[in-house]
Amino acid sequence: MDKNKRKAYIINTISIISLYLVFFILIQTKVMNKYFMGIAIMTCIMIIMAMSLNIVAGFLGEMALGHAGFMAIGAYSSAYFSIALMDTGFPLPNIIVLILAMLVGGMVTGIMGFLIGTPTLRLRGDYLGIVTIGFSEIIRIFFINFEPTGGAAGLKGITKLVNFNNVYWITIVIIILMFTFGRSKQGRAIISIREDEIASEAAGIPTTRYKVLAFTVSSFFAGIGGALYAHYQAFVEPSKFGFMFSIEMFVIVVLGGLGSLTGSIVAAIVLTVLPEMLRGFAEYRLLVYSLALIVMMIFRPQGMLGRSEFSLTKFIDSLILRKDIKNSIDGGETR
Amino acid sequence: MKKKVVSVLLAVLFCASIFTFAGCSSSGSGKDTIKIGFIGPLSGDAAIYGTSAKAGADLAVKEINAAGGINGKNIELIAYDSKGDQTEAINAYNRLRDQDQVVAVIGGVLSGETLAMKDIMVQDNMPVLSPTATAVDVTANAPNIFRACFLDDYQGVAAANFSTSNLSAKTAAVMICKGNPYSEGVSAAFEGAFTANGGTIADEESYSASDKDYSAQLTKIKELNPDVVFVPDYVQIVGPILQKAKEMGITAKFIGADGWDGVQTEYADAAQGNYFTNHYAADSPSETVQNFIKAYKAANSNKDPNSFAALGYDAVHTMAEAIKSAGSTDSKAIITALNNTNYTGVTGTLKFDSEGNPKDKEVTIIKIDGGQLKFETTIVNK
Amino acid sequence: MDLFLQQLINGLNVGSIYALIAIGYTMVYGIIKLINFAHGEIMMFGAYFAFIFATSFGMPIWAVILVPMIIMALAGVAVEFIAYRPLRDAPRLSALITAIGVSLFLQNLALLIFKADPKVMPKLFPETIINLGGVEISSTTLVTIGLSLFFMVLLDLYIRKTKQGRAVRAVSEDKDAAILMGINVDRTISLTFAMGSALGALGGILYSVAYVQVFPTMGVMPGLKAFIAAVLGGIGIIPGAMLGGFIIGMVETMTKAYLSTTWADAIVYIILILVLLFKPTGILGKNTREKV
Repeated sequence: MDKNKRKAYIINTISIISLYLVFFILIQTKVMNKYFMGIAIMTCIMIIMAMSLNIVAGFLGEMALGHAGFMAIGAYSSAYFSIALMDTGFPLPNIIVLILAMLVGGMVTGIMGFLIGTPTLRLRGDYLGIVTIGFSEIIRIFFINFEPTGGAAGLKGITKLVNFNNVYWITIVIIILMFTFGRSKQGRAIISIREDEIASEAAGIPTTRYKVLAFTVSSFFAGIGGALYAHYQAFVEPSKFGFMFSIEMFVIVVLGGLGSLTGSIVAAIVLTVLPEMLRGFAEYRLLVYSLALIVMMIFRPQGMLGRSEFSLTKFIDSLILRKDIKNSIDGGETR
Repeated sequence: MKKKVVSVLLAVLFCASIFTFAGCSSSGSGKDTIKIGFIGPLSGDAAIYGTSAKAGADLAVKEINAAGGINGKNIELIAYDSKGDQTEAINAYNRLRDQDQVVAVIGGVLSGETLAMKDIMVQDNMPVLSPTATAVDVTANAPNIFRACFLDDYQGVAAANFSTSNLSAKTAAVMICKGNPYSEGVSAAFEGAFTANGGTIADEESYSASDKDYSAQLTKIKELNPDVVFVPDYVQIVGPILQKAKEMGITAKFIGADGWDGVQTEYADAAQGNYFTNHYAADSPSETVQNFIKAYKAANSNKDPNSFAALGYDAVHTMAEAIKSAGSTDSKAIITALNNTNYTGVTGTLKFDSEGNPKDKEVTIIKIDGGQLKFETTIVNK
Repeated sequence: MDLFLQQLINGLNVGSIYALIAIGYTMVYGIIKLINFAHGEIMMFGAYFAFIFATSFGMPIWAVILVPMIIMALAGVAVEFIAYRPLRDAPRLSALITAIGVSLFLQNLALLIFKADPKVMPKLFPETIINLGGVEISSTTLVTIGLSLFFMVLLDLYIRKTKQGRAVRAVSEDKDAAILMGINVDRTISLTFAMGSALGALGGILYSVAYVQVFPTMGVMPGLKAFIAAVLGGIGIIPGAMLGGFIIGMVETMTKAYLSTTWADAIVYIILILVLLFKPTGILGKNTREKV
């Protein structure tokens, strides 16, 4: 096992670095222009958003339809913070400002998630879904009316701190953090609540506390996603964070597979890149997209990867040893 | 097993489509054109403005190319849809700059989207000429941004002057779209001038852009019964407000701003007898105006040009003149040339002040009568 | 006082429309435990059909209202048959995602067919103002409230007094027991969709007449509000949906009139959250305990 683990680490590290090198070469040779870089940055942000939503929707198995609201809090609080920090004129390198802004965005959103989650997580299923929609809409309306952050006209004057280099590595770190969380004692406790709440309570797991924990962690990372978004667009407005955006993120998680982090990553990539590529067919784009959703639900309701994770190590093994490729997708622990 | 096959097929389809479309989207066009970008709402609530401005711009491009282009090179207008959404506008601008590498931008059409793009445009020092963004802040502290239209406060004051002197109004109610800089800016100017002229603002009501039900606000206005109601917003919002007001039996005159242009087609009944401030009048006897109307009608299946089309037309001509006199597509040279503009077009003579705003443009007051826009008077603010 | 009465009528006007749409949500939820996100789009298509019939075919007013209701009833049945029936035994989440998919699909279909710019709904009812003891009501408002109340009473009678109505109630109470009693569950579910969709279409038509425009995304906000109304009144309970609709309409109008126009929606959501936290089954719902 230990040997396998080491092998997995090496393979994953090599692939992460080589993927970065591929992008680096593409950028240096100008094959990938700023426009494609923009799509790549947006994809990274959506990966973070989808994975964070997956903690509540997939691991905990609760319907959370208000993720855009949390993203809004992260975007606004971090942008407000970074503008204030830049105004003091204190000479800090951009990357430090970005990391501080991300942490502020994540913390504020995490606290909001805790405050919202504590009373509402008594509700279940559809009811929880409705309450999360409600909160997310209230957050949006709050920002429409809140003048210090520009009101409905949006918050301007944010310095653009995010570029492909830093967002790539930030995303990698967050992916690792999420996987670690998923496999930790807390992560497994949360999964056990999904499987059977009453049984896990009987096994001595304080279910309410872990539910709130899942909600808080999820909103913390959503806040970080929001912070990255704000410092990439250099502009945030409340109308971006509407109900449909929450639904869009939920759809990504469901298509990737509820409970599968790698599924979320793949689905986030496909569903962010695909619409951009289909821009020429803009009129038919959403029509096809929604049809795919319906067909997917009828024929493969568990999403692309179901609850299992894609393992690069096993995939390579199966390529070399010509074992059944099916093995590379497993429900187990290794990535 | 069958399900597995279907899911694999779906995955393959997804991937295949990514690569095929990635292939076809990167095809570029010829090098011997001068590329100018256009950003405006071509779909959504405000589509009427974007499509009109673009039609006007297209006409100008056609004329310039027919006359030999700029220094022998043809102009290519690359238009992207902002959907009236600020984030979409920013994405569109990024695409124009990075993928299409335009030398100048005509846009945005709406104030909100232009303000959203402003910071990035200033950072890039991109020569920008907005045909129709009337919000005051659009050109402030932005040496590279110009506009062809008069400003919000300018037309707000003109509307107030018209109300007090021509309609002898004493009381006014104002309806403001919260979060729309255009609506907020014009209303603020109107309120200031109206009170300065000795009138009173009896009521100020607000609504948000997504509202469809204005009955609560109009009920209050009806109760107060002011002489005029000032509603500076876009047709798709003003139309339903006017209709509801008529249905409820409100008799006060409604006054609007240039966003009303187009209200005469679908809401003729409801808008009957009301007034708004505009950039030009189609029934003006000027030869330039009549030639423009003739050419526009020929190119757009006999549709009448509105003031947005006229401004889009003027903006492209102004930009082309600037590029021609700059003699290069370098952004600094174009901006210097724009500063020295002296161009007479459909909407009057265009000269820019130090902020990049037109100097002393006159405001035309239009009356809606029997589904037609009738020239009422012109106002130049002191 | 007059002003207050006038605002009360404005609230009734929008509330009656929410109530009509909410009934469709509540009936479908009651019978197959699905939030039918596509209901708002059914409403939107109903309005589009009315717009087409009124402008291009010159039909009489009753046909402009009734024919779209019938078409949308059939469409509702078709949506259930194609998209929801294959998933009846699947996890509820899959069905929910499918509903979102159908909603997006219909919205974009409308976008493709009718384009994004709003169409102006012709005035279906003669334009007069009726004075009721100092309160002025426009004929459109009066007809809206009257028609919605009429159809709500009709539906209530149908559900309570007829054999099919009893079947609907039985299936939503206990599906398995209903099968044992010889009730055709499939047909009953289709019937529910037909009735809900017809009322939704009516809601859409009245909404577009009252607020003048027809456009592809017009179903989203009223749909969400109506759904909140259904939850507020107690989801699955038809009178609850009506009550919820009127409450939401009233709260919205009164907030706009006396507190703030921009916070009106937020107050609706705050009320919803408070109700759900303290009485999750809604105003008219019975409390049920979860069994181990």
